[in-house]
Amino acid sequence: MNIPSELKYTKDHEWIRIEGDVATVGITDFAQGELGDIVYVEVETLDETLDQEEVFGTVEAVKTVSDLFLPLSGTIVEFNEALEDEPEKVNSDPYGEGWMIKVKISDSSEVDGLMSADEYKELVGA
Amino acid sequence: MKSTALHAKHQALGAKMVPFAGYSMPVSYEGVNAEHETVRNAVGVFDVSHMGEFLVEGPKALELIQKISSNDASKLTIGKAQYSCMPNETGGIVDDLIIYRVKDETYLLVVNASNIQKDWDHISKYNAAIGAEMRDLSDNYSLLAIQGPKAVEAMQSLSSIDLSAIAFYNFEVADFAGIENVIISATGYTGSGGFEIYCKNEEVEQVWDKVLEAGAEFGIKPIGLAARDTLRLEMGYCLYGNDINDTTSPLEAGLGWITKFTKDFVNSEALKEQKENGVSRKLVAFELNERGIPRQGYELLDQEGKVIGEVTSGTMSPSLGKGIGLGYVPVEHAKPGTELQIRIRKNSLPITIVKLPFYKP
Repeated sequence: MNIPSELKYTKDHEWIRIEGDVATVGITDFAQGELGDIVYVEVETLDETLDQEEVFGTVEAVKTVSDLFLPLSGTIVEFNEALEDEPEKVNSDPYGEGWMIKVKISDSSEVDGLMSADEYKELVGA
Repeated sequence: MKSTALHAKHQALGAKMVPFAGYSMPVSYEGVNAEHETVRNAVGVFDVSHMGEFLVEGPKALELIQKISSNDASKLTIGKAQYSCMPNETGGIVDDLIIYRVKDETYLLVVNASNIQKDWDHISKYNAAIGAEMRDLSDNYSLLAIQGPKAVEAMQSLSSIDLSAIAFYNFEVADFAGIENVIISATGYTGSGGFEIYCKNEEVEQVWDKVLEAGAEFGIKPIGLAARDTLRLEMGYCLYGNDINDTTSPLEAGLGWITKFTKDFVNSEALKEQKENGVSRKLVAFELNERGIPRQGYELLDQEGKVIGEVTSGTMSPSLGKGIGLGYVPVEHAKPGTELQIRIRKNSLPITIVKLPFYKP
């Protein structure tokens, strides 16, 4: 299982890449494997400002639907529109082309509460 | 948690195992979409050994079966199978099942894994006054479904009989994969043709290995329960627990074709009356006109936004690339072509009632 060391993680199986005050968010390799074939990523919160842990969207696999939780409080400034036509990129490249949203972070102190790659590895037993 | 005799095989193949009806079952191997495609275009093999098997024998066998089942089993000749259901006393369905006439006075009843105990108790209750011989073979028998347009060609080398000569819903007891007296049945739950193979637990590993070996050049792959569900739903086949249950009548569920009033059976008087008066709700098939996926329990709404029913089964159809589902609605909304709505989270999306099957393989 791929768990890149430079990323941050949440217990909800999301990864976060911090660049300045913008966080790119997606779901982990573990999460995409558990969900199976992903057929739809729905994000209807673009331009909204949400709190940490609020639902910012949903990911639909053939067999299941799962909420997506915002890992850091902030404004959703971008949605990966490529996923509208090719949601399967979340399966094939979860940390790259399968990214989901970019968030303008409103409280940078929350970053310290995210999990490191080692902590996430422990969580999923990898 | 029970497991099938092929549990180690599934794990070695990297299957994702999930609990289902008290069994640890493979839900997928390489992924539901790829597995679905394999069955629609080539051939796949499913381990569905969790299914229950009852043997009903003796001079009273037919009488018992006629009493508990809605279809007319007197039409069965040796070597023929019949889809049927067991109505309960209160208007609903105990289970749906397939009945095989194996010998003159020997019938095999194949039931859903989740209902084995309930079915056994229900049938036994009626058998008390009839006195047929009943045996529960569920823990001793395995079932493989070999499904897809290439199933006949791919499996022919494993048997001395002509597999292409077995007509739909017919079966042979013959040699298969080096095992004698296997039931080779031209039935299935996918709509793509093929066989179901019944053998003893101690024989199934050999059968599984030989099926994969013989099918290799035809692209055979193991298929999990997730694709079994998308395949059956594209055909509109009912799933017990979702689309039919203890409270849905066979007539509401569109199973009038297996409900024969040529004989007396459990609750037949009330069902006959329901048929004469007409049902008030019906199980309908619908497609989403916009992107979204129906799921069990989602609300169905009329054009004014009033809740009129709910989804009993739903999925993204891998063959059609759109959301499809089944659900109960009042008869006045049940006609194909009717436009309704579905509530998916906070949105109401348009749906259209369609005829089954959703997809013709």
